[in-house]
Amino acid sequence: MAKRIDARDLNIYYGSFLAVESVCLSIEPRSVTALIGPSGCGKSTFLRSLNRMHEVVPGAHVDGSVELDGQDIYADNVDPVTVRRTIGMVFQRPNPFPTMSIFDNVVAGLKLQGHRSKSELNEIAEGALRAANLWNEVKDRLDKPGSSLSGGQQQRLCIARAIAIRPDVLLMDEPCSALDPISTMAIEELIEELKRDYTIVIVTHNMQQAARVSDRTAFFNLVATGKPGQLVEVDRTAKIFSNPSVRATEDYVSGRFG
Amino acid sequence: MTQMTEFRSPQGEPPVEPQLAGSPVRAGDRIFRTLTAGSSVFLLVIIAGIAVFLFSRTVPALQADSVNFFTERTWFPDSAPSVFGIAALAWGTLLSSLLALLLALPVGIGVALFIAHYAPRRLATGLGYLIDLLAAVPSVVFGLWGRDFLVPNMVGISSFLAENFGWIPFFATPNSETYTQTMFNAGVVLAVMILPIISAVCREVFLQVPQGHIEAAMALGATRWETMRMAVLPFGRSGMISSAMLGLGRALGETVAVALILSTSYGISLHILEPGGNTFAANIALQYSFAQDTGIDALIASGMVLFVITLLVNMAARWIIARRAAFSGAN
Ligand SMILES: Nc1ncnc2c1ncn2[C@@H]1O[C@H](COP(=O)(O)OP(=O)(O)O)[C@@H](O)[C@H]1O
Ligand SMILES: [Mg+2]
Repeated sequence: MAKRIDARDLNIYYGSFLAVESVCLSIEPRSVTALIGPSGCGKSTFLRSLNRMHEVVPGAHVDGSVELDGQDIYADNVDPVTVRRTIGMVFQRPNPFPTMSIFDNVVAGLKLQGHRSKSELNEIAEGALRAANLWNEVKDRLDKPGSSLSGGQQQRLCIARAIAIRPDVLLMDEPCSALDPISTMAIEELIEELKRDYTIVIVTHNMQQAARVSDRTAFFNLVATGKPGQLVEVDRTAKIFSNPSVRATEDYVSGRFG
Repeated sequence: MTQMTEFRSPQGEPPVEPQLAGSPVRAGDRIFRTLTAGSSVFLLVIIAGIAVFLFSRTVPALQADSVNFFTERTWFPDSAPSVFGIAALAWGTLLSSLLALLLALPVGIGVALFIAHYAPRRLATGLGYLIDLLAAVPSVVFGLWGRDFLVPNMVGISSFLAENFGWIPFFATPNSETYTQTMFNAGVVLAVMILPIISAVCREVFLQVPQGHIEAAMALGATRWETMRMAVLPFGRSGMISSAMLGLGRALGETVAVALILSTSYGISLHILEPGGNTFAANIALQYSFAQDTGIDALIASGMVLFVITLLVNMAARWIIARRAAFSGAN
């Protein structure tokens, strides 16, 4: 668990449109890496290329490589389904399966992998819900629909669902942007705890959030709309927010644009 | 439900300040409400009218019948004494319709899944049009096509089933091996007829599955098919049931196609590969021109039974859908 990721010369396309250009970025295990940058600069696109969710969009493809502990996830003999089991994802809008109970949501990924024994599922579900700080709130209503929870609880349910299959890496795309401040705080605390076991990459619009939760921050930018997004710089979060080496980063984090 | 409350009059609202009062109900609202209320009442009146009509003719028919209306198989309402019953009609109607549903539902769902989530955009659009076109073909055309093309070409399948699966009572053929004008023939033609409705309705609901649910499944490492099973099919559950009920409704009431294909008889037989059988609708169509007074009433009484069966089917469907409403994805 908790593997490192190395993106090398990664170009990401939607059809013929180059959305993100030549990204080289290393992501350390057991740490939180925040991706920040103005809207449309390709943060989501880059994040989704890390677990091959990008190619779900028709015509979308990449060139370059993404290595998970040295193994290229885009190699010919690698099945994207396996990649996604190893690199979990939490989305901007909480998306528990509305047709499933809370319990079934948590174990959905496990069932895909053929885990069937009831006691095993119970045990893992409880562990995942505890890890997502949700157990106490839902333990008496595990059979209720996932959609009966509040937005913040739904998002923690989605986190529980993602970590129930014990991925090596957890990708989060603005996981708090649809949530209220209290729920946001709960998720931030959770991220703090999860980084002991997982490699976490989080896209956030909120610079205070990046400063609060992340160890390293990567700043993406785009020169002009229609041009590809680029990685401007990546460094320790404290450095990015106090003394970045590139002017554009300083302008962005100090709120002069974006 | 939430929409309904929005249309309600502002009875529950607190009194408004005088200067804001004006006219609390706008003319447009009033017209709209009158129109919608009026048409619902109109609809109810029509349904009630049909029920009253059917009932008023059913009673004399049942009084004239000298045997048990529900268990008698034969149909001689105009002889003296009058002898008729719906047992064979009910059996044939349910058998052919369920057979049609059994064949059409999996295929229809498969076609809908393919169009909504597998086929490339171009092909999906083309197939969608084709399905809509198929839904518009009049049933008499299906009947003729079934009788003159499909049935002769189905003899091979029928004899294959009879030879290899004859040990299952359904596929046994102890009395006849012509393999034409059979319940199986009727069921297949009905299946082709109801396929477009089923796949059109299913396609619509499958297209409405939020992208978020699909991506959630894929991000957990679901394959294409697992994504369908996890996110798409459960979300489309109530739509699939509705489509099945629409299809079943059409099959239950289908007249011409069945009348053209079956060699009607008033027996109750499990052997769907042998000629014979009858349905409510086909019986009404075929008997109407010969029927005298009691005969007409008897046919109307059989229509009443079909009406009740259709009603029960719809209620069953609603009940199934409502039972798991909380998990439907509609909230
Ligand atoms: N599904 C898509 N198809 C085509 N272009 C897309 C798609 N999603 C995003 N893009 C384009 O890719 C670029 C990066 O978008 P995105 O990754 O969503 O940015 P961010 O998450 O930083 O706001 C934008 O120019 C956007 O228009
Ligand atoms: Mg984004």
